[in-house]
Amino acid sequence: MAKMTLEDLRKLRDERKKDLNRRDVEGKNVQIIVGMGTCGIAAGAKSTFDAILAAVDEFHLDKDVVIRQTGCMGLCYVEPTVEVAMPGMPATIYGKVDAAVAREIVQKHVVEKTLVENHIFDRPAADIIQK
Amino acid sequence: MAYKNFILVCGGTGCESSKADEIYRNLLAEAEAQGVKADVQIVKTGCFGFCEKGPIVKVLPSESFYVEVKPSDAKEIISEQIVKGREVKRLLYKKEQQKDIVKLEDIEFYQKQFRIVLRNCGVINPENIEEYIARDGYAALEKALFEMKPEDVIAELKTAGLRGRGGAGFPTWMKWDLTRKAAGDVKYVICNADEGDPGAYMDRSTIEGDPHSVLEAMTIAGYAIGSNKGFVYIRAEYPLAIERLKIAIAQSKAMGLLGDDILGSGFDFDIEIRLGAGAFVCGEETALMQSLEGKRGMPVPKPPFPAISGLWKKPTLINNVETYANVPVILTKGGTWFSKIGTEKSPGTKVFALTGAINNSGLVEVPMGTTLREIVFDIGGGIKGGRKFKGVQTGGPSGGIICEKDLDSPITYESLTALGSMMGSGGMIVLDEDDCAVDVSRFYMEFCVDESCGKCAPCRIGTNQLHSILTKISKGNGEMSDLDNLERIGKAMTKASLCLLGGSAANPTLSTLKHFRDEYLEHIQEHKCRAGKCKALVVYSIDPAKCIGCGLCARRCPVNCITGEKKQAHVIDASQCIKCGECFKVCKFNAVLKK
Repeated sequence: MAKMTLEDLRKLRDERKKDLNRRDVEGKNVQIIVGMGTCGIAAGAKSTFDAILAAVDEFHLDKDVVIRQTGCMGLCYVEPTVEVAMPGMPATIYGKVDAAVAREIVQKHVVEKTLVENHIFDRPAADIIQK
Repeated sequence: MAYKNFILVCGGTGCESSKADEIYRNLLAEAEAQGVKADVQIVKTGCFGFCEKGPIVKVLPSESFYVEVKPSDAKEIISEQIVKGREVKRLLYKKEQQKDIVKLEDIEFYQKQFRIVLRNCGVINPENIEEYIARDGYAALEKALFEMKPEDVIAELKTAGLRGRGGAGFPTWMKWDLTRKAAGDVKYVICNADEGDPGAYMDRSTIEGDPHSVLEAMTIAGYAIGSNKGFVYIRAEYPLAIERLKIAIAQSKAMGLLGDDILGSGFDFDIEIRLGAGAFVCGEETALMQSLEGKRGMPVPKPPFPAISGLWKKPTLINNVETYANVPVILTKGGTWFSKIGTEKSPGTKVFALTGAINNSGLVEVPMGTTLREIVFDIGGGIKGGRKFKGVQTGGPSGGIICEKDLDSPITYESLTALGSMMGSGGMIVLDEDDCAVDVSRFYMEFCVDESCGKCAPCRIGTNQLHSILTKISKGNGEMSDLDNLERIGKAMTKASLCLLGGSAANPTLSTLKHFRDEYLEHIQEHKCRAGKCKALVVYSIDPAKCIGCGLCARRCPVNCITGEKKQAHVIDASQCIKCGECFKVCKFNAVLKK
């Protein structure tokens, strides 16, 4: 690698920060957990996961969000499932989350703090879900 | 393509020696074989500190903390966790006698720790400069070169109140300021990485896990004092640390973070590695510089201090590894932030290498002012095998033993000195009831006899005299006058020695004499060693009432001095016995007696 200028160094730091922020879990209070059991993977959880990664980058949430994977949540009939836990929002499990819905979850649930209707399968009480 | 998972494998010397490298290679191979290479980044990092349970493998973001991992476990980690998203439960850290699996943040070992020096250890790949940069690496250098004057850098250190972590606790800013103000066109920056206390490995782990933090700080030091040349003096017994340091220097040079015109600022700085042959005395700064010049490593009288006339008689700034590792953080987060951590007179944190009779031996970093009890019983998990705590040896061969009644005093430079020990570089050896006070001081004195350079008489003769008296007592031939002699010679050495090696060599003896005088008296008057460590004073015998004649002890005895018929009581021939204690250990019926 060639010698760097101050600008190069700053640019490199910003570029690589995202990668390392993802590795760090301290101080992050939003958890997005993707069900990646056999059922989840078969239903397309991998592309869901990728879409969440991309959305987190898109909305610059890499400092706040931990994306984890977990095994089967027992909701095999609505896989891929995605659980979101964060302060100020009810812990929610979403089902049938494809790549498009995944992006919507990041945008609406995490950024705008509104639930993504039609995909909720557990937790929030019935009266706060608007049909 | 972004990675979904990260597997961090500990690459410290401790874990490497229990096959961490093989685990790392197996993980890479398995990830490839199972087609998930693009999903997971496998990184070899520096020491996690939890050496007792190594090799450590940590998987993120699930925060799975795997302990005592074997190379053969790699396949399962990949197939279960990375492919299927399930933790490998059998490898997770469990508390002793407790079945619950413990999450990383709940492991007591980490709860009371606060990591500044070890901030990147176990997080980044130490062989990749980009990962260091991403963790705000070289941001402090950037700030120093472009936003601060050299005086500002020193002022920031003054605000921070950082004191030398090599043991003496001299204010770091003052050292920097003196060297800066010293007259001379050529000045040097030295990093003392000649860590030599038995059982201490803080500096090794810092360099192994985060070499760039030291290089960055040395460059900042160069800017602050007006020097263009730095040396890292490191012992040749640290091959992994040297290797990582070499890689780090090469990467920094290639990127223009070392060398001429750093980042276009016009400031030049270069760092070279110098290997020491592992003489303890070369950790003493004047001896270190002699050795660095290619001469025999022997201390020279101070003053003049290195800040005025050091390496090749030029003004020289010399700090140890841990001190440097604090500097970049102080500049990026500010001196005020740093000064609020720890205690008023001893701000910041201290890294300790916790070893000996303790459950969780390893590397710990705690805010100053933490009590020894918290370190030994909370972080360290208490004494192994439920035995009784006896004392903590701090400061290595220069320190003393702190016993039970002083466990609650907060750790600061002053408090440890007041207790007859010293901060030292941070080795902390825990002793239990099976350790003998006389034997421990004899061990340290033997070390000092070996390591004394022989230049000055108080140290050369004093250590030998103390050692022969201690040996005499441990053999049961001690007299009451020996105790006075130990004190008299010890105090003379403390006053008259040329450097701190001799000046502090008597500390372990003097502190045990103070705190464990009854044990010395037992050795002299009753010819008894209660811990059974002083072999000459121990007699093994077999209780015929308890012995069932299984013959296990006779089979284990390395000198075949135990005889007896099957199912009959056995007998030990005391004249042949080498007192290895093997029979005592293996007997299942408590029939072997130790007196």
